Amino acid sequence: MIDLRAVSKWFGTFQVLKDCTTRVAKGEVVVVCGPSGSGKSTLIKAVNGLEPFQKGEIFVNGISVGDPRTNLPKLRAHIGMVFQNFELFPHMSITANLTLAQVKVLGRSREEAEAKGLKLLDRVGLLSQKDKFPGQLSGGQQQRVAIARALSMDPIAMLFDEPTSALDPEMINEVLDVMVELAREGMTMMVVTHEMGFARKVAHRVVFMDHGQIVEDCPKDDFFGSPRSERAQAFLSKILHH
Amino acid sequence: MAEMDWSVVWKYREALWDGMLTSLKLFAIALAGGIFFGTLLALARLARWKALSVPAAGFVNLIRAIPFIMAIFWFYFLTPMIVSKFTGQQGEAVGPFTSAVVAFIMVESAYYSEIIRAGIQSIPRGQPWAAYALGMNYRQSMVHIVLPQAFRNMLPVMLTQAVILFQDTSLVYVVALKDFLGAASKAGQLTGRIVELYLFVAVVFFLVCFAASWAVKRLQARLAVSR
Repeated sequence: MIDLRAVSKWFGTFQVLKDCTTRVAKGEVVVVCGPSGSGKSTLIKAVNGLEPFQKGEIFVNGISVGDPRTNLPKLRAHIGMVFQNFELFPHMSITANLTLAQVKVLGRSREEAEAKGLKLLDRVGLLSQKDKFPGQLSGGQQQRVAIARALSMDPIAMLFDEPTSALDPEMINEVLDVMVELAREGMTMMVVTHEMGFARKVAHRVVFMDHGQIVEDCPKDDFFGSPRSERAQAFLSKILHH
Repeated sequence: MAEMDWSVVWKYREALWDGMLTSLKLFAIALAGGIFFGTLLALARLARWKALSVPAAGFVNLIRAIPFIMAIFWFYFLTPMIVSKFTGQQGEAVGPFTSAVVAFIMVESAYYSEIIRAGIQSIPRGQPWAAYALGMNYRQSMVHIVLPQAFRNMLPVMLTQAVILFQDTSLVYVVALKDFLGAASKAGQLTGRIVELYLFVAVVFFLVCFAASWAVKRLQARLAVSR
């Protein structure tokens, strides 16, 4: 489904991604973790072409993301993305946030888009908030709306870029619950996160990055049981022993 | 000087009103044109494509570096020449109003483009990203997501610029266009009551601009609360 082959990227002379190769199969949940500045966010944004890369190839559903002939908007319409800072559109109501792209991008009718959007809003437990504006919602609520917004486009895969790291601790679980449910339904997911509890619960594989490189890429149990690299061991001991 | 004769204002009310209408018409066209072309210029300047951003930046910097009154002079003398070159006809192809309109739109679009550019840059990068991630193209993300927020953020500054523009319409009197100030000036010369008429002009400008500034302040307070 998602296939990254030796992806490299430079900001000027600084190399942020070094020959990153990994893949996410259909229905698979892959967690990407690593210290900050290791290139995780850049890597996940490269998957739907938000961050251009200079070397290597990324295929999503067989379509090359880096090929200049690829119709990126069309490809992105079917890959859901959830951002660290939610990025709801603050000048629009929750309902408008959920329906805008369905109408403008997928060409659905307003009624159809609204029915779909509100069904998903109900699923994340926020139907009563449909007429409010993003600024009136808590961070956790905003992130759940953002997930519903991404799902309203009927994505074939979902990308999460640190979806809980901007949240107050008491709101993290309400967002993770939605993501766990989604994973159990068989959604293909690539998740950049430090939430190792989430990784333990639903991930199939864990990718560990450091200094722009994929240092470890293995099944979840191997990663938590006996990470091979010293850097991954050091990282795990730092974030788990608190 | 000791005795003021305010009856001249009443006597020339029609000419003054006509002048005010000319000023308002110029103001409205320059404002609409300035914001429209200013938006296009701002987008061109922010474009990744150098063939767009470099000329746009050059135009804006050139216009902003010359006095407004010079731009008005230039276009008054230049537009007839350019028009006659294209049509092959001699003489005054365009009147002072049209050339003033061209000058005002060009100057205001340069000023507005800087305001709008700052407005666009004030929108966090995640917003267009979120729009792109939902499959929107550049135009859709600008029209639906970035520009509405940018205009909202920039509304007070844009209105302040509109107040300045309204005052600047009085500059057209240098190309003998009968705007509000021009009409008052003419009446003053005919009656010898220049002081009364100029005072009247000053009071009208003050009232209009003061009211507008006050409205901007109220608006700013309201936008601050709803943020």
